Amino acid sequence: MRELSLNVMDVAQNSVRAEADLVKITVTESDRNDLLSISIEDDGCGMTEEQVQQVIDPFFTTRTTRKVGLGVPLFKMSAEQTGGSFSISSKVGEGTTTAASYVKSHVDMTPLGDINSTVEILIRCNPDIDFVFTHTTDNGSFTLDTRELREVLGDVSLDTPDVVEWIKEFLEEQTQIIYGGADI
Amino acid sequence: MKSLAELQAIRDKAKANITLRKENPNAARVYVGMATCGIAAGARPVLNAFTEEIAKRGLQEDIMVTQTGCIGICQYEPVVEVEIPGEEKVTYVKMTPERVARVVNDHLVNRNVVTEFTIGAYT
Repeated sequence: MRELSLNVMDVAQNSVRAEADLVKITVTESDRNDLLSISIEDDGCGMTEEQVQQVIDPFFTTRTTRKVGLGVPLFKMSAEQTGGSFSISSKVGEGTTTAASYVKSHVDMTPLGDINSTVEILIRCNPDIDFVFTHTTDNGSFTLDTRELREVLGDVSLDTPDVVEWIKEFLEEQTQIIYGGADI
Repeated sequence: MKSLAELQAIRDKAKANITLRKENPNAARVYVGMATCGIAAGARPVLNAFTEEIAKRGLQEDIMVTQTGCIGICQYEPVVEVEIPGEEKVTYVKMTPERVARVVNDHLVNRNVVTEFTIGAYT
């Protein structure tokens, strides 16, 4: 994957398939601590301990269309190749949390990339699922919580074009603030 | 600054044409493969290109863009399937954002399949 944001998109699809109602995506960046961490937490169907062990094996997948499942292994690799760490924990019936941390300055660090685009597509393509996206840098933090948007919108769907546009602009604005107004 | 008040205005506007939006049985569907293989091959810019092109032409009510998983032809990703009611499903392979405008214009609007981008042209 060329961007970590694509790994996020990919792993979040697992949450969608696990029939989650709520997916929390948290990105924390710190130049000061030379650290970037990403976590994806869902309340989907979860996995047994045995399945958790299998999921980091590239030759395991729950799908039947093919025999390999590279989503989680690629995510894990992206973190470990920077000297960072990776963890996944899951409980049947409760959900799954996948977390990766990165050493930002490492030569093998993959750029975060367009994380806003990932979040926007996830919301647009899964309007019935709630997403909470939190992005933090040394300069500040913001959260987009679709449950709050839903409260305002009532029965107007999150994938309504004007709403999607609002979400996009909101993410852009907030991102610029936490990156200190610099080019993203 | 984007505010929730703005969102409220969007809601009120959307409610006014909600019937228009909810029911369009004749809407065409564009499925973009968004599993690991698709994403790694560049499906995200392709999906974005579709939504942008469709918004530019004001066709959001007539064409729905959705994501789908892996359909088993990873070597041809990014794969896009176009389904128009009453017509046979068309599978486009090795899609790029540059190819999107042609698929929207020729196929979705003018109903001419862009044969050279379909899977048939690659097999």
